[in-house]
Amino acid sequence: MYQYSQADHQLLLERVTQFRDQVSRRLKGELSEDEFKQQRLRNGLYLQLHAYMLRVAVPYGLLSSEQMRTLAHIARRYDRGYGHFSTRQNIQYNWPKLEEVPEILDALAAVEMHAIQTSGNCIRNTTSDPLAGVARDEVADPRPYCELIRQWSTFHPEFNFLPRKFKIAVSGAIHDRAAVAVHDIGLRLVKNESDELGLEVYVGGGLGRTPMIGKLIREFLPVHDILTYLEAILRVYNQFGRRDNLYKARIKILVHETGEDEFRKQVEAEWENVKASKLRLRDEDIEAISAHFKDPDYEILPDNDADFDNHLITNPEFAKWVDNNLELHKKPGYRIAYLSLKSPDQPPGDVTADQMDAIADLADRYSLGQIRSTHRQNLVLSDVKLTDLFELWEELTKLGLATPNYNHLTDIISCPGMDYCALATARSIPIAQALTDRFESYDYVNDLGDISLNISGCINACGHHHVANIGILGVNKKGVEVYQLTLGGSAREDAAIGKILGPAFTADEIVDAIGEVLEVYLENREDSEEDFLTTYRRIGQSPFKERLYG
Amino acid sequence: MGKYIKDRKPSEDNWMPYTGLEDSDTLPSGDIYVPLEAWKERRDELLTRNSRLGVILENTDDVSEIIDDLDRLDLVVLQFPKMVDGRAFTQARLLRERLKYKGEIRAVGDVLQDQVFYMQRCGFNAFELRDDQDLNSVLKAFDEMSVTYQGAADVDAPIWRR
Repeated sequence: MYQYSQADHQLLLERVTQFRDQVSRRLKGELSEDEFKQQRLRNGLYLQLHAYMLRVAVPYGLLSSEQMRTLAHIARRYDRGYGHFSTRQNIQYNWPKLEEVPEILDALAAVEMHAIQTSGNCIRNTTSDPLAGVARDEVADPRPYCELIRQWSTFHPEFNFLPRKFKIAVSGAIHDRAAVAVHDIGLRLVKNESDELGLEVYVGGGLGRTPMIGKLIREFLPVHDILTYLEAILRVYNQFGRRDNLYKARIKILVHETGEDEFRKQVEAEWENVKASKLRLRDEDIEAISAHFKDPDYEILPDNDADFDNHLITNPEFAKWVDNNLELHKKPGYRIAYLSLKSPDQPPGDVTADQMDAIADLADRYSLGQIRSTHRQNLVLSDVKLTDLFELWEELTKLGLATPNYNHLTDIISCPGMDYCALATARSIPIAQALTDRFESYDYVNDLGDISLNISGCINACGHHHVANIGILGVNKKGVEVYQLTLGGSAREDAAIGKILGPAFTADEIVDAIGEVLEVYLENREDSEEDFLTTYRRIGQSPFKERLYG
Repeated sequence: MGKYIKDRKPSEDNWMPYTGLEDSDTLPSGDIYVPLEAWKERRDELLTRNSRLGVILENTDDVSEIIDDLDRLDLVVLQFPKMVDGRAFTQARLLRERLKYKGEIRAVGDVLQDQVFYMQRCGFNAFELRDDQDLNSVLKAFDEMSVTYQGAADVDAPIWRR
């Protein structure tokens, strides 16, 4: 994990001091709410429906157990005893008091954390593959590049007042677990024929009211050029991105209106001017940053264990969890464990302070003291020994974190919706809960296999409904909350935007409608191996439409 | 004239803005600056003046339009019509770093305490503060942060290469 330098520490302290002064000027009335807003947003502080909301950055989803304990402390001391993990791997607190926020930032800074650039029209916290460094399908570890992007983008003097927010995601594996296609810039580490490491550069993806899949602007960018190329893209965007209309200000609209080829030309022309600057990475720069992400001292272990096998046979509940919530590790004898934050008892992504403390302890005991957060609002213990899995599962079960539903129907992404959010036009958490209650049968959910269901409470699409196999969008129609259904989206390497199926359903109807959609899939799939998306792509929308709208 | 800072010191501003379209007989003898369009239209005539000359750019203007005149221009004024409109940050960096402009680059408009740190990093060395700004607080804000990660107009290398 990246270890802060003296300069990194200093920067956090100075930022907290600066923010404390900004809050004090605001409280004294010296700073207008309008201008304070620009400052607080750049420090992750939103004004929501009932209170302020503080979004804390989890750089590329990596947390130490010590950091997790601080997050628990903040939840307990300054909030109402819980936090919410977002789709961008960050954690949000829904009830902080403005005057206490500087104290919270002090507590965060003490463990090398902050809320810098987690909102506002600037470069946001960079996200990545939650399995970085341990995945079997990894081409190269994305974390060193994420960290370089973090440093380059933090308080970038030129790009702190962009036309709109700007999100970058980096993936280093064959399978895309970071949804790079729906980011303003998505980067995928790849190798060329000469086995050199480079990046595919996607620009202009995004969700919101105009969902778009990112365009491949460059097929192979040598890794040494990553930051100069980002600088060129951002410079083109800062100059030419639209500022006349909030809804057309994202880079996806610029790419779309300029045209992919012309946009590429502009970026390449700008890059010619900066590619030889000192921002170009030398081998030693990459090596120095990569040293922070070296493999821990893994033990040499056999990839099987008689006790583990025995538990599998004798304990069906354990077997369900093993089937669904584990992933193979690059090292034999280790496994990657998903901690489901999608239990019937809590809103998707929510974790209590007690759970956080317990997770920190489990990470220390079983997983080298680290935790990762995921784009699908779950947590990961990435380095668990096969021999420890049963004990871990027992502990997780007690904590309500062992729901065996990873990548299954009830592993729902949901935005906070109208229960918290000032933008939302409909509730989303209650819909997620109704679905979780309705589809509580393990056997049914397990039989459905790999499937994604996401819910957004408004057109801004924070719940990523566009890229779910089954997407639900809540809107307000003449004072009534209704829910639109989209099918066929994907946030993976085969990224796609789902299509609206037909007229919206009421809150009472939507759960049954989902039930019908699932039945159509089950009736039409070729066999139990064919997942929902494959079936949908094969049979198209019509059978679903007929069933629902007859 | 309001609060004006140059090279981190409160200063007196002797420059006068003109549209550039005035009858040349009515222009005073002091230092003047004009919009880019006027500069392009009456460049030769303006160059005969016995005064210092400056140009004020819209934040949509291409800075390379004055590339041939940089030696003759003592001032380039860049605008922040709203604090959230950050286009002039790019203009300043291009002027300072790419075109190697050595004269005064001045920020006007929403020039605020919490922005000047970024502005100076991008190459601005002069600031016409908005009326409500507290001069002393702004002067302190230049040093609010001692750590910078990126190269910019003030330092050409990122932190890992310094």
